[in-house]
Amino acid sequence: MSMISGLISYLRGNEKKTAIVAKERLQIILAHERAGRGAPAPDYLPALQEELMVVIAKYIHIDRESINVQLEKHGEYDVLELNITLPDKMRLNR
Amino acid sequence: MSKVIVVTSGKGGVGKTTTSASFSSGLALRGNKTVVIDFDVGLRNLDLIMGCERRVVYDIINVINGEVSLKQALIKDKNCDNLYILPASQTRDKEALNLEGVERILNELRETFDYIVCDSPAGIESGAFTAMYFADEALVVTNPEVSSVRDSDRILGILAAKSKRAVDGLDSVKEHLLVTRYDPKRVEAGEMLSVTDIQEILRIPLIGVIPESESVLQASNAGTPAIHLDKSDVAEAYRDVVGRFMGEEGLPMRFVTVEKKGFFKRLLGGR
Ligand SMILES: Nc1ncnc2c1ncn2[C@@H]1O[C@H](COP(=O)(O)OP(=O)(O)OP(=O)(O)O)[C@@H](O)[C@H]1O
Ligand SMILES: [Mg+2]
Repeated sequence: MSMISGLISYLRGNEKKTAIVAKERLQIILAHERAGRGAPAPDYLPALQEELMVVIAKYIHIDRESINVQLEKHGEYDVLELNITLPDKMRLNR
Repeated sequence: MSKVIVVTSGKGGVGKTTTSASFSSGLALRGNKTVVIDFDVGLRNLDLIMGCERRVVYDIINVINGEVSLKQALIKDKNCDNLYILPASQTRDKEALNLEGVERILNELRETFDYIVCDSPAGIESGAFTAMYFADEALVVTNPEVSSVRDSDRILGILAAKSKRAVDGLDSVKEHLLVTRYDPKRVEAGEMLSVTDIQEILRIPLIGVIPESESVLQASNAGTPAIHLDKSDVAEAYRDVVGRFMGEEGLPMRFVTVEKKGFFKRLLGGR
């Protein structure tokens, strides 16, 4: 639902109460912020991303924005997350 | 053993100074030797709320710099025998408040006082950090509003990771959630986060709920901490907070639901 239509239905009175919206928004943003807390991102991440980029580009045509490397904390564990968005029609080099 | 308690929030204007004044007064009223310190260097305000602004001669920076003794800088409260105020400096900058100096002062205060209450400035910069660094316990003042709750969460993260207790590997700082400026009417209308919502999000024990009230302004106008007001919900709520802090059990959480007006109250138009 777009913001405008959300606002309209809120004004009509058939939208979720704003307190519930507030709570849900807080739960989402704080889960994210708590995960990102703790140790700062290690400084090898940009270099790692760069080298992965080179390797992947050998096989798949992707641009720089389609690959994303980040470190997240899941409870006890640090998880290295690698996100590659493949182009719509995946074209292989060979 | 004396205790250092920081009153903190991250977000500004949520009621830290109002709380520091009433909480320290409440501790003193119960016979505890108490001192309340203004850490808001450059924006001193606790003196006004305590009503001692005209008796400020020296401040915490003078003591840190060794220009005067602690005894010379402490101001005796006008309402409570056991309460002293250590004002912030109005003219120096925050950097004058270094950790070593503050530690020296706190150690000296620990020899005389049971409770040392630190009124933190807003933010998460050096002033707020210095105020919380030596804390044994923390009152995390939170308004039922998204940005205040988020900032409180941030402060909890800093307490858990960067306070002296965390750095030294001691027992962690004991955290208490204090919800202030609470309006049960708006909560019941679904327009305001409820205490339960806030507790569920921040996940720390609740020490009290202070209702939104016009009497807080009247108290600050007069320079008398709100806890001294007669027949005021805010005063009662702060007294409950002090009771719980001192370990009194079974105090019900008051002022969290809409008060149903009785027939006579309605007749007399009271609110
Ligand atoms: N329970 C309450 N009901 C109504 N108004 C309140 C309440 N608590 C605090 N206030 C008002 O909110 C304003 C801010 O309060 P206060 O100065 O205690 O906040 P603070 O957190 O110390 O602010 P700062 O971050 O600037 O130091 C004041 O005008 C005060 O009168
Ligand atoms: Mg203040």
